[in-house]
Amino acid sequence: MAIFDVFNIAGSAMNAQTIRLNTVASNMANADSVSGSPEETYRARHAVFSAMMNEVGNAQTGGGVKVEGIIESEAEPLVRYEPNHPLADAQGRVYSPSISTVEEMSNMISASRTYQNNVEVFNTSKQLLLRTLNIGSN
Amino acid sequence: MAIGMDNVFGVHEAALRLRAERTQLLANNIANADTPGFKARDIDFSAALKSATDAGTGAESIKTTNAKHMGLEGSMGAALASDFMMFRTPQQASLDGNTVETHIEQAAFSRNAMEYQATLKFFEGKSKSLISAFKGE
Repeated sequence: MAIFDVFNIAGSAMNAQTIRLNTVASNMANADSVSGSPEETYRARHAVFSAMMNEVGNAQTGGGVKVEGIIESEAEPLVRYEPNHPLADAQGRVYSPSISTVEEMSNMISASRTYQNNVEVFNTSKQLLLRTLNIGSN
Repeated sequence: MAIGMDNVFGVHEAALRLRAERTQLLANNIANADTPGFKARDIDFSAALKSATDAGTGAESIKTTNAKHMGLEGSMGAALASDFMMFRTPQQASLDGNTVETHIEQAAFSRNAMEYQATLKFFEGKSKSLISAFKGE
C-alpha cells in the first residue's frame, strides 16, 4: 500500500540528511586541523544524493533518497608560514584545509530543515494510516 | 434494495487509493528536496479519479470471453495513478536542476492529507450506516 512506502521514503531522506549533517560536523570540527604536508591535510567531505526508484511494484513511483557516496573536496589546502609550529615541515610551512565555515553552516541549516520537513511528512502519514486502520471500529 | 456490497463505498474507494498514492509521490518530492537533478512530480487527481470510476462502471472495462476470466467488477480504480503523473513546472528552477519547491510541496502535501481525512470521514459514515443496517437496531 502506497502510504506504507511513505515511511521508507521519509526514513531514507532522514537517513540521507543525517549523513549530510555528519559530514558537516566532521568538516566544522576539522576546519582548524593543521598538518605538515598537503597529502595528510583533512579535506572537506560532502555527501552525494541521488533519487531512488521504487523496486517493488510500480516502478514509476519514487522510493526516496540514496546516498551515492561521500566525496572529498578537490580544493588545495591553505599554506601558512609558521616555523615555530611543531608540525611545520622543513620549509617551516603548515597546511590547513580550505573549509568555508559559512558554507558549512548554511549546509547544516539546509540539512536540518529538510530533516524536519521529513519528520512532519512521517508524522502526518502515521496519523493518516492510524485513522485508516480505525475505519468501522467506532 | 440495490446496495451491492462491492460498490457500497462508491467513488471513495478509488479516491482513497489515489490519495494514498499521491501522498507517496508528494513525500518523495519532499524527500528529494536536496537531490541534484531531481524533477518533482504530481498526479492530475481529477483525471485519475475520473478514469478510475469509468473503469469501474464499465466504460472502459475489460472484455471477458471466458467464464474464468476475471473482469473489473468491484475493483474500481484499475487505472493506475502513474498514468496521470506529470512533472511539476517550477516557479524558480534551481541551478542543480532540482525542481522541488519545498513550500509548494508542503502545501500540496497538507492539502492532500486533509482530503485523505475527508475521504476517511465518508468511509466512516458509510461503514456506520452499514453496521446499523446489519444490527437492525
